[in-house]
Amino acid sequence: MRRDARSAGLSRRAFLKTGAAVGGGLVVGFFVPAGMRRFALAQGAPAQPPVLPAANAFLRIGSDESVTVLLAHSEMGQGIWTTLPMLVNEELDADWSRFRVEHAPAAPAYRHTAFPIQMTGGSTTTWSEFDRYRQVGAVTRALLIAAAAKQWGVAPGECRTANGYVLREGGARGTPDAPGARRASYGSLAAAAAKLPQPASVALKPPADWKVIGKPTRRLDTPEKITGRAVFGLDVRLPGMLTAVIAHAPTFGGKVKRFDPAAARAVSGVRAVFEVPSGVAVAADHFWAAKCGRDALRIDWDPGPHADLDTAEIRESFRRRAGSAGMPAAAAGDVERALAAAPLTAEYSVPFLAHAPMEPLNCTVRRAAGGCEVWTGTQFQTVDQQRVATILGLAPDQVEIHTTFLGGGFGRRANLASDFVVEAAHVAKGLDRPVKVVWTREDDIRGGWYRPLAVHRLEAALDPVAGTPLAWRQRIVTSSILAGSPFTAMIKDGIDPTCVEGASDSPYVTAIPNHRVELHAVDTGVPVLWWRSVGNSHTAFVVESFVDELAHAAKRDPLEFRRAMLVKSPRVWEVLELAAAKAGWGSPPPPGHGRGLAVHESFGSIVAYVAEVSVEAGQIRVHRVTAAVDCGICVNPLGVSAQIESGVAFGLGAALHSELTMKEGRVVESNFHDYRILRLDEMPHVDVHVVRSREKSGGAGEPGTPPIAPAVANAVFALTGQRLRRLPLRLA
Amino acid sequence: MNLKLTVNGRAHDVSVPDDMPLLWVLRDVLGLTGTKFGCGMAQCGACTVLVDGNPVRSCVRPAAAFAGRAVTTIEGLSAHGDHPVQRAWTEVDVVQCGYCQSGQILAAAALLAAKPRPTDDDIDAAMSGNLCRCGTYQRIRAAVHRAAQLQASLPPSAPSAPAPAAAAAPATPAALAATGRS
Repeated sequence: MRRDARSAGLSRRAFLKTGAAVGGGLVVGFFVPAGMRRFALAQGAPAQPPVLPAANAFLRIGSDESVTVLLAHSEMGQGIWTTLPMLVNEELDADWSRFRVEHAPAAPAYRHTAFPIQMTGGSTTTWSEFDRYRQVGAVTRALLIAAAAKQWGVAPGECRTANGYVLREGGARGTPDAPGARRASYGSLAAAAAKLPQPASVALKPPADWKVIGKPTRRLDTPEKITGRAVFGLDVRLPGMLTAVIAHAPTFGGKVKRFDPAAARAVSGVRAVFEVPSGVAVAADHFWAAKCGRDALRIDWDPGPHADLDTAEIRESFRRRAGSAGMPAAAAGDVERALAAAPLTAEYSVPFLAHAPMEPLNCTVRRAAGGCEVWTGTQFQTVDQQRVATILGLAPDQVEIHTTFLGGGFGRRANLASDFVVEAAHVAKGLDRPVKVVWTREDDIRGGWYRPLAVHRLEAALDPVAGTPLAWRQRIVTSSILAGSPFTAMIKDGIDPTCVEGASDSPYVTAIPNHRVELHAVDTGVPVLWWRSVGNSHTAFVVESFVDELAHAAKRDPLEFRRAMLVKSPRVWEVLELAAAKAGWGSPPPPGHGRGLAVHESFGSIVAYVAEVSVEAGQIRVHRVTAAVDCGICVNPLGVSAQIESGVAFGLGAALHSELTMKEGRVVESNFHDYRILRLDEMPHVDVHVVRSREKSGGAGEPGTPPIAPAVANAVFALTGQRLRRLPLRLA
Repeated sequence: MNLKLTVNGRAHDVSVPDDMPLLWVLRDVLGLTGTKFGCGMAQCGACTVLVDGNPVRSCVRPAAAFAGRAVTTIEGLSAHGDHPVQRAWTEVDVVQCGYCQSGQILAAAALLAAKPRPTDDDIDAAMSGNLCRCGTYQRIRAAVHRAAQLQASLPPSAPSAPAPAAAAAPATPAALAATGRS
């Protein structure tokens, strides 16, 4: 279901309107994605929360020695299927080869430790579970030791553990063969341990004793993902299940006026054709019949209030808005005065983008007396649960959510309106059989919830003698993700942080004595959403490109220029310096190649890239990316490297290719032939260097995306002298 | 229409619409959900299967075109998930979300059957039509090279291409798939 259209008229749009309807009565006030971790730290989030997690909600030890970890978060590729069990086993000391993993159901026990919902997003999983999952391991180990000690009639302090066993060494010297030596496996102790009261507190190992955290560890989900056994949402099959596809309105906010179901009903295998709030549903024995039925439908659409949408016009209107002052998101000094004489100016822009996860959106619903079950790959379990409950007239706890593997998420499956889940609930309501609703790729590309289009207008002044920046003004014109959503409470002082993060808090910008970051948040009628790295996906491109422009204007080496700007951010500088050193910055690149660099902090982590590019037949080719990352304590270096490689590929596809356009209210692109993402032959060689750090963990899933576009654009400038200020990058 | 399909060495009689792509027969009729739907127009490679050892985009070709030919899906590539490509994928820790990997693995298996020692250019040429939104491409390249080594070290008699007759048809009853991981 598309977000309700609000009134059009870009020029008159009041920004950050928050009065729109809130679906399902759900209002959640939690803090901003980028600021989440900082917020949690500022609140003095204790190393040991006062209440220990109920270990049996997160961990089951079987008499067969299996160790099953339940995930409060969704595995969508980012590797938490492995990371969270590692945290458990740091304390549990079980046999790693016995670990199994499941997604937890939607339930209060699995709420995010920082926010009042169960969700996966904002690159928060590892840091937010760093204590809870270790505590689960520690509590369980204590219970197993207590059970063994009780059974053996010894003090718990005489016992230790090793690789899935509780041990007591006998004799005065504690040798294993001496009289009194005991050994019992976790599996054999599990039943007795489960009857013991959970301890009131446990001590976690000091970092010096860590054996698991920091150890490169291969993924636990590989066996099922290389054999076709892994169950994604699309793979769910239930007895008697129908498959439905939905004919969606071709315009945002469009509605069905009337439709003729006859031709669709005539398709062999089609069982039902009926209207739902988001369009017309065709339910059939299998996907192919449902899709053929949809193709045969004749629908008269009321195009709604956004039938004239045109991305070229939106961009032009944003450019005009950038000429006037917006709401201040950051301000210091006297920018007007400092910019009075001949400032450097530039305008940057980025397009709407679809997330395009490889698994098209889908959701399966089975209704039964007094409840229902939902199978889907979601990032938003309790949000979806509440919405389904409202639609079906149930209490939330009557809606059982089964989280499957997610075939990619990137934010699309943390939908503010639970669009694909809500739609499936409506379809299920119209049927007396279980139903799987499947989106086609065209539904996905044209279905809205995009990374917002953005235009940035920049002005800066340099000290004429020293060449250092004296003033920086940045006006951002884009759309608010949070306005009118259940997360409106995250908007502070009229500023949606997802629009300005990475600019208003940039270490470069805030180090300049006179600076001002302003926002115009404009509702275009296009539903927008968080897209991997959210606001940082455009602010990093703009800030790092314009800093590069300033460096060249000052006739300074780009690295040295940044060093001076980052004096008060030594951690950021060190990451940039590491990437530069590893890339051989300062030595000449191979003939015909150019190098560019960028560094950006987001989601509590800092990532720097040096990109090496060439231009072949007018096309930008990225050969090599040297990466440095400081994500604080790195639980699984192998996984962090994978996420940085992933961030490069995701961001590079957007930098080189991806763009959604609209004409006459319709999205022009439809599938991977015209909405291009990165291909294997375009993947650069990526070297990842992870900083050894004892700082609190940051995120890994998103921070790798923001700095790749500016690193590449800066390299293109170094090579060609062309400053490319619009994504995707196009050489003149 | 009625069709005889041989999938992973097992014969199936199915009754499906004439134009129904092989992908949906595999997934929705035979319950072999390892083959994935990504685009429906041969643009992403998620639906790749092998037909007589050659990679085919099953989302755009009607199943009827494959009657009597040997279709291999990810479920039938090896009996125990130990094809050299699968072993290399494990060693190199390739997968992320995993959704595209059935297609990637089958494309790689076909490449190695045709070119036992592929160069980077060979890999680019053979596999650039298999999209991965997680961007596992660098590890895919490394894993294909590793798989070539593993394949070369197999005893000469061991098959490097899938052996349809030996591959047990996987049990994918609807109820099992539904409760699967959830």
